[in-house]
Amino acid sequence: MADIIKGKAYVLGDNIDTDQIIPAMHLVYKLDDEEESKLYGKYAFSGLPKEAIGDTPFIKEGEFESEYKIVISGKNFGCGSSREHAPFALAKAGIEAVIAEDYARIFYRNSVDGGFLIPYETEKRLIDEIKTGDELEIDVLKGILKNKTSKKEYVLKELGDVKDIIDAGGLFNYAKEKNYIK
Amino acid sequence: MGMTIVEKILAKHSGKEKVTPGENVWVDVDVLMTHDVTGPGTMAIFEEKFGKDAKVWDKEKIVLVPDHYIFTKDKHAMRNIEYVKDFAKKQELKYFYEPFTTNYKGVCHVALAQEGHTRPGEVLFGTDSHTGTAGAFGEFATGIGNTDGAYIMGTGKLWVKIPETMRFTFEGELPPYIMGKDIVLQVIGDIGFDGATYKCMQFDGEAIHSLSMEERMTICNMSIEAGGKCGIIEPDEITVEYVNERTNRPFEMLKSDEDANYSFTKVYDATKLEPVVAKPHSPGNKELAKNLSDVKLDRSYIGSCTGGKTADFVAAAKILKGRKVAIDTFIVPATTKVNESLDKIKFDGQSLREIFVEAGCKVGKPSCAACLGGPVDTFGRTHNTEVVISTTNRNFPGRMGSMDAPIYLASPYTAAASAVTGYITDPRKFI
Repeated sequence: MADIIKGKAYVLGDNIDTDQIIPAMHLVYKLDDEEESKLYGKYAFSGLPKEAIGDTPFIKEGEFESEYKIVISGKNFGCGSSREHAPFALAKAGIEAVIAEDYARIFYRNSVDGGFLIPYETEKRLIDEIKTGDELEIDVLKGILKNKTSKKEYVLKELGDVKDIIDAGGLFNYAKEKNYIK
Repeated sequence: MGMTIVEKILAKHSGKEKVTPGENVWVDVDVLMTHDVTGPGTMAIFEEKFGKDAKVWDKEKIVLVPDHYIFTKDKHAMRNIEYVKDFAKKQELKYFYEPFTTNYKGVCHVALAQEGHTRPGEVLFGTDSHTGTAGAFGEFATGIGNTDGAYIMGTGKLWVKIPETMRFTFEGELPPYIMGKDIVLQVIGDIGFDGATYKCMQFDGEAIHSLSMEERMTICNMSIEAGGKCGIIEPDEITVEYVNERTNRPFEMLKSDEDANYSFTKVYDATKLEPVVAKPHSPGNKELAKNLSDVKLDRSYIGSCTGGKTADFVAAAKILKGRKVAIDTFIVPATTKVNESLDKIKFDGQSLREIFVEAGCKVGKPSCAACLGGPVDTFGRTHNTEVVISTTNRNFPGRMGSMDAPIYLASPYTAAASAVTGYITDPRKFI
């Protein structure tokens, strides 16, 4: 994982569920086929209701990657299905970190164990302070979020006991480092 | 300080005397379940990480139950079935319930129980969020993703954070119009859609232990809808009878200690429960059915792992017998066994299937069908602005297909009563 994550914010509300992140009808493309798996990027967040996205689609028409790099959300991000396609789709779309107040357990775990993105948590309700399109910078080593647009800084919650898995780049790398598997 | 049932199961499976909430442990897995949607991804990661020629850790402990997108012409869905079929063959998996053969079963969570794969005291993981269903059998059961599934396939182990346990006790006798769905929708509504995040939800009390296994499964299934890591009900004589009828495997009956620590407790008077509906777009958006009588419906859907079991159709048939539905009503048996029961179970000489057909319902084939949208030709899937009352477990935007179709969740009694009137209807009108 990079020491610094930079990019534009995409801001959403509470309870963003896995059907909104990647609707069930799109769970059929091969995850391990480079060309086909781009479709997960194309359809990332395609289940968001119109009122949630307004005039700023996450993925522009005809594109497979988003111009946004960091998702800012409220409570209970990733609730619902166990589909690992959800963090996978966000990663395919170019998302490197999600910053939410808290997460549904399986999404959080899939993000970490699959090594797709960093699921940060914050005490503060950032969706009231950060706007879609704001230029953000995360200092991964210090756990600090800087909003370059508003010049504000926020302390992210420590990653705790999943930090080693994130640093290793996922569960398999972690298990290899620990000699749990060959 | 004693341990809760979940703490005891996880301690035993991690070789420890005692475990404490918040602690991370590596557990030995008894059963890994996967299906046609998450199976191919899981298998691909397994082969990538362990090698193309690697063997799974135990070919008798992986249960493969394709069920999500079976009766469709969608070429990608059919490709998924071929993929898991090839893997099952190559790995010589003992339990592969293959579609389009006599061995096909239907919805994984119900099939697992019916085929004897759910047993007290065990650890079961599945690459499906509703794997928690099996907590009804007094085991630790939870949903995971592809990477975790692949790790188990290769090693038979997984890391688990020990969850805190929340306890929901239902005292007294349940009224005849209350089903497992009403109980769990009441609880989710009370604690909130994320009220049990990372926690185990233990259900007990005489009302819970008076329920059939199918009804208990409905309750544990939806613990995930409150963010729960798992739901659990201590095993009793009803559990033992159900399990022993389906498997010869030995199992261990564990129970919470008297002095176990719960992070939350709530006691309900079961006699006061009323039929509950979850309004769009969250299973936690609770309202009593009687307060929603002005909601006009276009469709009623009775099916899925939480609403398509035999007990669910017996309930629906009690209301639909001798009546006609006023709106499109879809009946989807969860499994082939449930489907058979539609012909076997009779009221006054009339089978459940005959009752449904005569009432004007459309009866589908056993599978997940429209519970989660799926390919456009899926039975019962929404395409426009249909207002749906459904016995399924989730009502997120677009869940049953169309983003513009609001979904109300309810018990089979309420869904059947509403099918008759065309409006959300408290089933007490008919019971």
